Amino acid sequence: MKLGEAPVVSNAGIAANRPLAIEARGIVKRFDGFTAVDGIDLTVPEGAIYGILGPNGAGKTTTLRMLLGIIDPDEGVRRILGHDRPHEVAHTIGYLPEERGLYPSMKAYEAIAFMGALRGLPLAEGRRRGRELLEQHGLGYAIDRQIRQLSKGMAQQVQLLGTLVHNPRLVVFDEPFSGLDALNQGKLERMIRELSANGTTVIFSTHVIAHAERLCDEVAIIAGGKVPFAGPVDVARDRIRPQVRLETRASDGPWRAALPAEARHEGNYWLFSLPETGIEPLLRALIEGEAGILSLSIERAGLHDAFVAIAGEAAARALEESPEEVR
Amino acid sequence: MSAAPVSGRLSTLAAALVIARRDFTAILFSRSFFFFLLGPLFPLIVGGLAGGIGASVKETTARPELGIAMSKADVAAMSAAYHQLQSRLVYLPDLVVVDELQPGEAFDAGAAVGNRKLNLAAVITGTPEKPVLTGTRDLIERWQGPVSLAAAQALGNAPATYPNVELSNLATKTTADENRSRVMTAQLGQTVLFLLTMLLAGMVLSNLVEEKGNKIIEILAAAIPMDAVFLGKLFAMLAVSWVGISVWGVTGTAVWLAAGNSLADYPAPAVGWPMFFALGVLYFSMGYLLLGSLFLAIGSMASTVREVQTLSMPVTMLQLLNFFFASYAMAKPGTMIEIAATIVPFSSPFAMLARAAQDPRLWTHGLALAWQVICVAVFVKAGATLFRKWVMKSGPARSGPKRRWFGQSFGRGTTAEKAV
Repeated sequence: MKLGEAPVVSNAGIAANRPLAIEARGIVKRFDGFTAVDGIDLTVPEGAIYGILGPNGAGKTTTLRMLLGIIDPDEGVRRILGHDRPHEVAHTIGYLPEERGLYPSMKAYEAIAFMGALRGLPLAEGRRRGRELLEQHGLGYAIDRQIRQLSKGMAQQVQLLGTLVHNPRLVVFDEPFSGLDALNQGKLERMIRELSANGTTVIFSTHVIAHAERLCDEVAIIAGGKVPFAGPVDVARDRIRPQVRLETRASDGPWRAALPAEARHEGNYWLFSLPETGIEPLLRALIEGEAGILSLSIERAGLHDAFVAIAGEAAARALEESPEEVR
Repeated sequence: MSAAPVSGRLSTLAAALVIARRDFTAILFSRSFFFFLLGPLFPLIVGGLAGGIGASVKETTARPELGIAMSKADVAAMSAAYHQLQSRLVYLPDLVVVDELQPGEAFDAGAAVGNRKLNLAAVITGTPEKPVLTGTRDLIERWQGPVSLAAAQALGNAPATYPNVELSNLATKTTADENRSRVMTAQLGQTVLFLLTMLLAGMVLSNLVEEKGNKIIEILAAAIPMDAVFLGKLFAMLAVSWVGISVWGVTGTAVWLAAGNSLADYPAPAVGWPMFFALGVLYFSMGYLLLGSLFLAIGSMASTVREVQTLSMPVTMLQLLNFFFASYAMAKPGTMIEIAATIVPFSSPFAMLARAAQDPRLWTHGLALAWQVICVAVFVKAGATLFRKWVMKSGPARSGPKRRWFGQSFGRGTTAEKAV
């Protein structure tokens, strides 16, 4: 498939109205006969917060590495910020890899400046911004410390600042929350929202559904190297009908016939999916049948339920078994 | 982060300089660099100590002596004559009086030479009229002349004074002499060039291990082309080498000049000393970049320091082979072998420096340097491509026994496998 043609799984909505920061069609990557990524299509609108959600080993990192030009796909095409060759726009991209790495002998502000210099930021400007960023993020005391003298969490923050020092248009985070405590996870979530508010496109991979659910405008669900769904989070949730929870005074009566066939009785409640016809006909039948409604709630499905429905039970189990300290 | 973006796309060369600057400062300001600078001092100290001890041992224990056993009068006459000769024939051993014999007393010269308590290489017996020299064949054949002269002197048959000989140094050299001298200069230049590249180029073998170990390679690979990473690392190591060579060169030259040496005492190369030094600088740089690009590519396949150490042995052998080829070619100027040595990229700098010592034509050096620059570019590109394909696991996947073997040998534990 060529770029510009409609993807197999369309992400209508945001993508339809904005230019694309990332567009990939049918990208495939094999390692010694093993297909790590198997024909993925992705469209990430500019300014969006986009999540790639899947268990460990699903192909998230390989996909990101191909998008960034670290490795080339065996098949398929990609376009980043309008360019076929990612290195041509490297100065407008920030990347935080899953496996963090900094030169241990470098001072914190120098490490940030070096990462900026790699992206074309003049070294003097990078040093100035490095100091400024460290001060802004409460790490002023670490400016002149060597990376080897910092804690793992602090070093991660330094690398994160280095990823952003050149004010990129597109930021790619690979498992950014991994290794951070709850407090710093919250800070990172705020930072991602700020970046998006300033027009920066943020794409990140995660195997923690809660992060994707809280942050993302759109997600790509990836499992076994394939993407069974890519699109807005709401569309993913809408793959599952909202769940109705009903409590009645009467335990039986003619109103029972109005309940969907799959409705199950747990304790005092009836639980079932919202009928396609909506809630109004059901409500009418309950009232007319004198069921005596004590409580009724309609809950929209969460991303986790959507993930199970889209990727299957096995992928969901793998996602839950992926090692992660905070969910 | 309210400031507007000011970064711009980096060219490969600019990106290489970012890497080079980082590596250069990291090495230069490390504690180990001080030991690197002291490095050449250790072999000199060890060599000096070993030489000194050896000389001392030789001086005290192994210096052979020539014994004499004659009548008292003959010993006195022979000793006086011998010492007069010894001042003019410096290679003569010290004369030791073993015994002053009474008239008719017998003396076993063989037993005296064999006596372990004495340090005698030979013994003179008999009389000045009929001296007998006892010892091993090579020594008595060598010393029979001086002993004969001493005996003649003792008998009063030799001149009492020895006139001074005026020395007249021949200022001009024959063509054959000049050619021989230039071959020596070529050989010296090649050896110095080889030693420096061997000492320094091997350092790049382990150059990517840090980046791979620290996972920094992902950040570099995402930001700049791999060619720039390779080129930057080579530039950095070349610059570090130049700092080292400058320090060693200045120190060595100062010591050398202080010892009263002068370049005028040595055979001048065909292109003259200034041009020879300038070409030496250029050929060292090219030799370093050529070998370095190869070593960097080989070293980049290694995941650990242990693997790098294993690789360093064949690499050193390769360097030696290269040097021998260039040295062999030097002795055959103008032949196909010499031309081949100037064309084969790895031997080209060595062969061309030898040529600079022997041949005054300069245009050949321009041509050779241009060729070497092209080869460096090709090797860096090839090394970076290999690295991306094998280590970063990029490009179209092919399966087959060879690829699988190579991948298993060198691709283990790289980021690529953890990526999926």
